[in-house]
Amino acid sequence: MFSVHVQSEPFDPAAEVELLRAGNPRIGAVVAFLGLMRDLSDGERVEAMTLEHYPGMTEKALEAICADAASRWALEGIRVVHRVGELRPEEPIVLVAVASRHRGEAFRACELVIDYLKTRAPFWKKERLAGGERWVEARHGDSEAEARWDQRSDGA
Amino acid sequence: MIRICYFASLREQLALVEEPLALPRGVRDVAGLRAALRARGGVWAEALAESRPVLCAVNQVMARPGQAIADGDEVAFFPPVTGG
Repeated sequence: MFSVHVQSEPFDPAAEVELLRAGNPRIGAVVAFLGLMRDLSDGERVEAMTLEHYPGMTEKALEAICADAASRWALEGIRVVHRVGELRPEEPIVLVAVASRHRGEAFRACELVIDYLKTRAPFWKKERLAGGERWVEARHGDSEAEARWDQRSDGA
Repeated sequence: MIRICYFASLREQLALVEEPLALPRGVRDVAGLRAALRARGGVWAEALAESRPVLCAVNQVMARPGQAIADGDEVAFFPPVTGG
């Protein structure tokens, strides 16, 4: 049902969606969120980024988030792929793909998974700028995005 | 004994990836452990200051300050997460 992958190798989003979908004719909808590395951060040019994580906890946290989504909606599957290590602008960082019979469940579950991932999964980004390195600070908006799921059980 | 791990900016500031620690007398929960580490002074007092947003996990699950800690636990301290 859930498949969680934390890897340093690049991934092909289309191939990952195919792995989620192929062989299950009950699936009528797949919604995928793809997070990409940008070359600007607070107006400064970013050359590269390093993603650190907490091996072991990361996988557990992602699986718990998927289980939460599956307890709220009728889903056919979830696939989460997250890069760690060094990344360059334009590279995919994260893919959250959710399959369901109809689109509504997949849309809502996909948004919940990425919202929770941003506040509950132990990843940390460090940017490399022309003038040196800096750790990315957590965004207040991410906590607000997480909190709204606690107030609505159906995601409506 | 417990094992403590540090990540990201906290790991860099403390110049420490992990350490074994005999649970100090009287320390029963996350808040107590954080206070005991802070009492080491210097960079520890700074990095784990109450004003700093530091998160904690016990046995690889996010933990609140009141969460109990026991012998054999793996405890981790880290800054707010920034994945995705």
